[in-house]
Amino acid sequence: MPNSSSTQNWQKVTTVDEIPVLGSRIIQAVVGQIAVFRNSEDEVFAVLDKCPHKGGPLSQGIVHGKSVTCPLHSWNIDLSTGCAIAPDEGCAKSFEVKVESGVVWLNRQELDTSHG
Amino acid sequence: MKKQKLVMIGNGMAGVRTIEELLKLDPELYDITIFGSEPHPNYNRILLSPVLAGEQTLEQIVLNDLDWYKSNGIHLHLGKTIIKIDRKERTVTADDGTVESYDRLLLATGSLPFILPVPGNDLPGVIAYRDIKDTNEMIDVATRYKNAVVIGGGLLGLEAANGLALRGMSVTVVHLAEWLMERQLDKTAADLLKNSLEAKGLKFLLQTSTEALIPNAAGDRVGHIRFKDGLEIPADLVVMAAGIKPNTALAESAGLHCQRGIVVNDTLQTFDPRVYAVGECASHRGTAYGLVAPLFEQAKVCANHLAEHGIGRYEGSVTSTKLKVTGVDLFSAGNFMGGEGTEEITLADPIGGIYKKLVLKDDRLIGACMFGDTADSTWYFKLMRDAQSVAEIRDTLMFGESNIGDVGHQGHNKAAGMTDADEVCGCNGVSKGTIVKAIREQGLFTLDEVKKCTKASSSCGSCTGLVEQVLMNVLGTDYSATPRKKSICGCSDFSHDEIRQAIRSGHLISQEQVRSELGWRTPNGCATCRPALNYYLISTWPHEAKDDPQSRFINERAHANIQKDGTYSVIPRMFGGLTTPSELRRIADVAEKYQVPTVKVTGGQRIDLLGIKKDDLPAVWKELDMPSGHAYGKSIRTVKTCVGDEHCRFGTQSSMKMGVDLERMLFGMYAPHKVKLAVSGCPRNCAEAGIKDVGIIGVESGWELYIGGNGGIKTEVAEFLCKVKTDEEVREYSGAFLQLYREEAWYLDRTVHYLARVGMEYIKQKVVDDADSRKALYERLLFDLKDAPDPWKDFERAGVDIRQFKTIPIVEVGNA
Repeated sequence: MPNSSSTQNWQKVTTVDEIPVLGSRIIQAVVGQIAVFRNSEDEVFAVLDKCPHKGGPLSQGIVHGKSVTCPLHSWNIDLSTGCAIAPDEGCAKSFEVKVESGVVWLNRQELDTSHG
Repeated sequence: MKKQKLVMIGNGMAGVRTIEELLKLDPELYDITIFGSEPHPNYNRILLSPVLAGEQTLEQIVLNDLDWYKSNGIHLHLGKTIIKIDRKERTVTADDGTVESYDRLLLATGSLPFILPVPGNDLPGVIAYRDIKDTNEMIDVATRYKNAVVIGGGLLGLEAANGLALRGMSVTVVHLAEWLMERQLDKTAADLLKNSLEAKGLKFLLQTSTEALIPNAAGDRVGHIRFKDGLEIPADLVVMAAGIKPNTALAESAGLHCQRGIVVNDTLQTFDPRVYAVGECASHRGTAYGLVAPLFEQAKVCANHLAEHGIGRYEGSVTSTKLKVTGVDLFSAGNFMGGEGTEEITLADPIGGIYKKLVLKDDRLIGACMFGDTADSTWYFKLMRDAQSVAEIRDTLMFGESNIGDVGHQGHNKAAGMTDADEVCGCNGVSKGTIVKAIREQGLFTLDEVKKCTKASSSCGSCTGLVEQVLMNVLGTDYSATPRKKSICGCSDFSHDEIRQAIRSGHLISQEQVRSELGWRTPNGCATCRPALNYYLISTWPHEAKDDPQSRFINERAHANIQKDGTYSVIPRMFGGLTTPSELRRIADVAEKYQVPTVKVTGGQRIDLLGIKKDDLPAVWKELDMPSGHAYGKSIRTVKTCVGDEHCRFGTQSSMKMGVDLERMLFGMYAPHKVKLAVSGCPRNCAEAGIKDVGIIGVESGWELYIGGNGGIKTEVAEFLCKVKTDEEVREYSGAFLQLYREEAWYLDRTVHYLARVGMEYIKQKVVDDADSRKALYERLLFDLKDAPDPWKDFERAGVDIRQFKTIPIVEVGNA
């Protein structure tokens, strides 16, 4: 777990309350749009909002367990890794998330690097 | 906690499938040990015939390689046969002295070939046809010897004979009964089969029994076979394929009750509840199954109990037969011989080599036997398993499932006639060759597995029948047909029907209640069951169960239709297809202001604005100031109308007014799938009412109502429901039918599917004949639709979470 005091390495993006349960919000970052998900256990995940299949917006999918189903062709993506669940193959970039006192932080370094 | 120990005796398809199902349910529960007599990992025994015929290699038919066992932490003992079970000490002992203890024991010992008790049956060159060893021996013998005799003209014997003939041997099939495959075919079909196999070079001796096998001159292997009638023919190889018997010796020696198999109950437990049995060794309700499909059903139930889920029962299977001999098409299932109380429909064309027999009892199809043209076998098999009444389709039953109107696969309806390059699934571009390859190399058995691995039939589903045919052609008998009771999804074993019942009878009003009541395997379902549950709840308990937007597909959550690039399409409602200059002006203004790239007139008589960014949706709706068209939902879509008697010189009724009234009445109606209506003002039917869920056609004396039409994936013409006189009756009758559909159909069934399932008579009885039932249905519909909110205007009441329309920008630094 990252050191919570080093705020210069972390970017505040939203609060957990602002993300619907079993839903998502979209963050506009330099690397592209990042989908931030919240599941029924209030766990928060961040994945590039592009399905590895045909680039569908994962943020718009149905969230269940620790996965999301892409709205375009129903690929299931594991939110903790960004990777498609077998038999489908491929990964969307996933981002490190930190939640502290209901605030959601993303790793600034990952946001600035423009690969992905 | 220390893991319990599960030991499995036998390493074949049914047993390993059980372990696979168990690992899916609970990978951590057991420490698993498997003993197998053969030196191979689990392989696909069904495909030994194609291997013998030279169409596949042994490597290709391995189902679980050694890595699989390793990565699942299974202790595998190959080449070890268990010789003793001590149920008191709960241990098993192998022939090499290995002893293993168990908490639960799973017997999957399979079956043994029946070896004729005749002199010489132990000579070299006399073999059975059960495993890789036998197959290899046959392949080897075929390179060195000429004459083969196969004893037994059943499925296995004929496949063996065909393979040996293809490998260049001169083959004679000896069969005791009057005709071939007497347990699967009637005499007419069997004679056609015999002719066609004779044309391939096989020879047959029917009603012939074997007296002795005689050594060759050198005395080192079999050389001749002698029959009871004195005839003697040369035989360098004798294959015993006269049947199999459950391998129960070990179970019997352990004192387990056996009677033509190890006797098991509906949860696959033997008389010792710690000991389970599955597969060919097990006898369930007096039947020991020898085909893969039922064994896999057993595996599922057994795994469920081993995982301590405790739900699911195995209640037996209907089985079918298909011979895997390339170029020979035959199929049989159920009671194909008929008998007292049964009726038969037959079609015979002996010259053309086609024969079909259907056996009916009490208006249900109970058996089928087909030769030469088996294109409709999957459909007949489905009718049998579903025990569906065929009274209404009896006159066309023989001609098969009408495929008229199916699109997307070049008009094909017979998989056997397609080349490998032909496209089966037009949505995902999957050819027949790709499917065949996947079935063979990845060891697929069911439609669901093919869908997952190849994507064929996973989109619109119109090629499902073709894919099932391909499965059946490749796997023959052992194609594992779609189960009779289809569970809603992988999260639960309950069917749509059972879930609807539970919601109604238990007055369940939330998904959490349903999932806990029915024992869901997942914490919050999946993308398949959640939308279905949500619909079942709100349609069963309107104004009481709370709608859950997060359980709806994105279109119904964003109230617009998602496009491939992530933008949305917006279609405002135009009741009855009518609009005004001021509406058109606003649409034009919005299209310009938001730079809408495409403006299109839809098939439902309205205007589609395509390419709108999600964040712009609320503003677009506001500026349009028109009601939501619900063009994105499993809901009422449009009521298409023709001009009618207000302007048209042929019009007999006011179709526009009728259409507008109906569309207003049904505003905001969610349904199992989309619902489209049309109203035409005369029988010229310009509104195309014949392909709508409810089609209404004005005639001079009133209105005709048609239901169950569909213009989509499979074109279906709507069927006549009734004729009524007044406008109010049109609303009441069509409303009552739609409510019946809303209350009873399964999620994602269109009216045509619902109609096919329950039958027109049932609907007429509920909607036309029984006035009280009709009025009650109509009232329930109106109650549900009372004050239906417009999701484009009343976000609060329609449950629209407007946070979704705001992308969050990253505010730079210093916000900690």
